[in-house]
Amino acid sequence: MSADIKVDQTLDAKGMSCPLPILKTKKAVEALSKDQVLKVETTDPGSKNDMASWAKRTGNEILKVEEGSGAFTFYIKKTA
Amino acid sequence: MAQKKMTIIASKGTLDMAYPPLILATTAAAMDIDVTIFFTFYGLEIIKKENADKLKISPLGNPAMPMPVPIPALVATLPSMEAIATAMMKSMFKKHGVATVGQLLDLAKESGVKLIACQMTMDVMGYKQSDIIDGVEFGGAATWMDVAADSDINLFV
Repeated sequence: MSADIKVDQTLDAKGMSCPLPILKTKKAVEALSKDQVLKVETTDPGSKNDMASWAKRTGNEILKVEEGSGAFTFYIKKTA
Repeated sequence: MAQKKMTIIASKGTLDMAYPPLILATTAAAMDIDVTIFFTFYGLEIIKKENADKLKISPLGNPAMPMPVPIPALVATLPSMEAIATAMMKSMFKKHGVATVGQLLDLAKESGVKLIACQMTMDVMGYKQSDIIDGVEFGGAATWMDVAADSDINLFV
């Protein structure tokens, strides 16, 4: 588990397909203050690469990705 | 990072072909890219009022469309096949958590994607500006060209 990461907001994007996890993540991160952390849960296998590309492009930081049983959990720090 | 820009020409009005421009536009907007979609020819169907979620797909002339059982071309010409194929694709999308065309269009508008309708096609097809959803601008090839010339990505769908 990620007890070391303080999560400020959680987004459940499980069951959603491209591009919804990215669109919802963008919205959720926008609502955060700088340096706050969003936890996003997805089941879209494409979201692993998508989220990395999105973060790189928008200048936000993925602190950690957890993978397990068809699900992904991303910890995204708003740095942009 | 300098602001990137993208334009997409949406020229098709079938259910399947309405998706790529809207998926790319909303995603680009979420990645801080400035997006313009130019709707022309059948693409106008996507932005006609109350029409985005009424688009159809036909198995006719589309041998790549997956069907539960193989459909001979002659059967594909039957009037009900279009409705069946459309319902089938919509349920496949829904099952996989894919947004509807209408939802993506709303998300595009919400995220500041600029929508332009081709005035020439509107005239040819007899559409009035009042037939088109709110928030759309009207222009021609030069309008698109002006934005495209300053864009990093230009796609024709």
